[in-house]
Amino acid sequence: MVNGQSSIVNWRVIGRVLGKTAVLFLLLNALFAWLYPLEALGKLSLYNRLLPGRLRLPYGENPAESYNLSLHNVPAMLASHAISQPKGADEFRVLLVGDSGTWGWFLDNADTLAGQLNGLGLAAADGRSVRVYNLGYPVMALSKDLLLLDAARQTDPDLILWPVTLESFPRDKQVFPPLVQNNPERLRRLIATYELDLDAADGRFVTPTFWQRSLVGQRRSLADWLRLQQFGFAWAATGIDQTIPAEFEPRRSDFEADVSWQTFTEPATLTTGDLAFDVLTAGFTLAGDVPVLLINEPMFISRGQNSDLRYNSFYPRWAYDQYRAMLAAAAAAHGWPYLDLWDAIPAAEFSDTPVHLTAVGSKLYADMVAEGIRPFLE
Amino acid sequence: MDKGRKGQNGWGWVLLIGSTLAIYWLQAPLAPRFADTLLPTATLALAVLGWLLTRPPDAAARQTTWPEDRLTLFVLFALVVGMAFNRYLDGAYRLTASRPPSPWLTAVALLLLGGFVLLIARLTDRADQRRVLTGSIVLVVGLFVVLKSAPLATAAAQFWRSLSGQNPSLAAPADLAWLGFSYVAFRLIHTLRDRQTGLLPHLSLREYVTYIIFAPAFIAGPIDRAERFVQDIRALPQLVVLDAARFGEAGLRIAAGLFKKLVIADSLAQGMSLTAVNATQVTSPLALWALLYGYALRLYFDFAGYTDIAIGVGLLLGIRLPENFNRPYLQTNITTFWQSWHMTLSSWARFYVFTPLSRTLLRRKPRPSPTLIVFIAQIATMTTIGLWHGLTWTFLIWGLWHGVGLFIHKQWSDRTRRWYRALEGKPGQKRAWALFGWFITFHFVVVGWVWFLLPDVDQAAATFAKLLGIGW
Repeated sequence: MVNGQSSIVNWRVIGRVLGKTAVLFLLLNALFAWLYPLEALGKLSLYNRLLPGRLRLPYGENPAESYNLSLHNVPAMLASHAISQPKGADEFRVLLVGDSGTWGWFLDNADTLAGQLNGLGLAAADGRSVRVYNLGYPVMALSKDLLLLDAARQTDPDLILWPVTLESFPRDKQVFPPLVQNNPERLRRLIATYELDLDAADGRFVTPTFWQRSLVGQRRSLADWLRLQQFGFAWAATGIDQTIPAEFEPRRSDFEADVSWQTFTEPATLTTGDLAFDVLTAGFTLAGDVPVLLINEPMFISRGQNSDLRYNSFYPRWAYDQYRAMLAAAAAAHGWPYLDLWDAIPAAEFSDTPVHLTAVGSKLYADMVAEGIRPFLE
Repeated sequence: MDKGRKGQNGWGWVLLIGSTLAIYWLQAPLAPRFADTLLPTATLALAVLGWLLTRPPDAAARQTTWPEDRLTLFVLFALVVGMAFNRYLDGAYRLTASRPPSPWLTAVALLLLGGFVLLIARLTDRADQRRVLTGSIVLVVGLFVVLKSAPLATAAAQFWRSLSGQNPSLAAPADLAWLGFSYVAFRLIHTLRDRQTGLLPHLSLREYVTYIIFAPAFIAGPIDRAERFVQDIRALPQLVVLDAARFGEAGLRIAAGLFKKLVIADSLAQGMSLTAVNATQVTSPLALWALLYGYALRLYFDFAGYTDIAIGVGLLLGIRLPENFNRPYLQTNITTFWQSWHMTLSSWARFYVFTPLSRTLLRRKPRPSPTLIVFIAQIATMTTIGLWHGLTWTFLIWGLWHGVGLFIHKQWSDRTRRWYRALEGKPGQKRAWALFGWFITFHFVVVGWVWFLLPDVDQAAATFAKLLGIGW
């Protein structure tokens, strides 16, 4: 009896309901694991339809405050970005890939390199307006740049800007970023297509088993996709996609008498075995007819203690000087358009790391890049 | 004996013991030393004291439950001392949030406390009961005021910290986040007041304490009435434990609650509802309205979902808790909204604030005008509800907002009753009027949430102005 009324519910009914629920649940999980539709799901997005597209790729450690989060679903990341809007007839589309410096760590969207370039109101000779899209991502690895370039190829760019720095080049770092590890099929395809000197069977690649591909196994991926849509409302309402602290610890100027870099404890001769120039070359090949402007991005140059040994906390002088020479040589050998801005920004305009700029530094940087892209606009 | 009913006489004890363990387990960690163990213990002490004060004055009636009451006291003593043994467990296995004081110290302190409580009971037995009960209500309200007022709670936390050798300068109101106290206070006031008016039935200690701390309703209600609750408790010996119909109803209720809470409300919480932070960050009135709608829905689904879960769990345990929500956002006037939003709180306020205050004013010489009586009673009732959430200006304004709204609606409905009845023969017009009423009511409530949500008056007023397109 429930509420004084007889009920049709008995244990048999409850058992049947629970049994059918369990069977349906198992079937749904198996179907999901078999179809594994995360990529297709990623293309479904409220952004650029109900919500404005994001101005940089989703990345964030504190979603509740930044209205942004990190996820590994590349189609979902791109679908949330303004780059997924149809290209306008009057638009000269510029893709900008790179690391956290390009993404704009501790910078509002208007102050990032893309934001500053868009603020310059550049136009191509044929009258089309230059619109720069920030596809930077806060991880340092050329493989990640290549992965995003490959994914964004469909967006019909007219020009690609590719700021790089030595920290993105170490070969053993190419499979380090979680974004790369969680997109093994994409990277394996790139390894095969461009014959990259990377191990397609690297143990760091995340390869889920059949049941790990199920709804239960992929609940985190699904939740991230859903949260990305949800946080889009706060993004649309506030324009905030990053928590910028009022104060932060500035980049160091004084160093120990230490010349180590990556696995090197002493100065050594760097080779293409150490640095992933093949991945850089693959990016140019992948771009095809689309011109790519390679930029050696600005970095902080210390004048403090032991600055005769190190430029900054990232680089000892011996490693960076060799890298710079190798990059210039590679650009000349391949005929790549190249802009070397390594020392172009005053030391005061770097924020918390040797490659993160202040808004003022970013403006100076954008002015120089704007000069660099003028030939492509004619 | 029927198989299904076997051993049902112990079910009431299961509820008492389970609820007692739950209030320790659910209490969040608190900074002042032993606070997260002592506050649940204080809840039990208040419940025992409340029972002593609300027993019928007739000694013969008291005797009828005394053997069970004595056993209940022993069980509670054993449980509290038993909780102190968590001190010797690893943090991962403790039921308490942090290390409790030693069992021996706890036992001695409990015996002293018990003696003190009995002394109070003896003294109050000889005193004028009306005054004793009024004084008890005032004390509960006073304790409530201390906990709900940031400066007073901070001062109390400072005192606690200084007693336990901690740094008093680190004290904060959150130091004394006493789980469930808001609801415990309302239940205590209800029983004390109902003893004064003679409405309260005689409850055994086990029944009374279980009513005060019943686990499913402990944190966020519903606020049941003791005389209703005890009917279910007394029917427990007849309860069929494995009753499929009850389990089916409870399962559906819990499932609905989980869906409302975890799917809808928690989704809305992910950047789709207004917060004190994003209220200062929004860039357009449209976005502000969208987030405010999100907040209104989130608040409802969160609370209604929790209530569904509480009612469902209560059903599993054989207790049918009262309903708390009845489609509040679909109501067509503010009066019916308050008859369907947090119904147990609003009926409590109606019973213990509105009605007695109205009667007092009606008895005054010269008698104030009926309009003034309604105005004063409604404002007092709604400000009580507002301040129950916290002693802040914004909660006061929120209460006033609704008090004024209810008063205006009362005046309007009194003056338009004849016209409204005339709409009976015009269904189209009546539907249109209902739709208009719903629109006005919903937005009145939604806009009112600004005062409820935002922590200070300046921010709330600025947000309020922005909703109207001012101050961008």
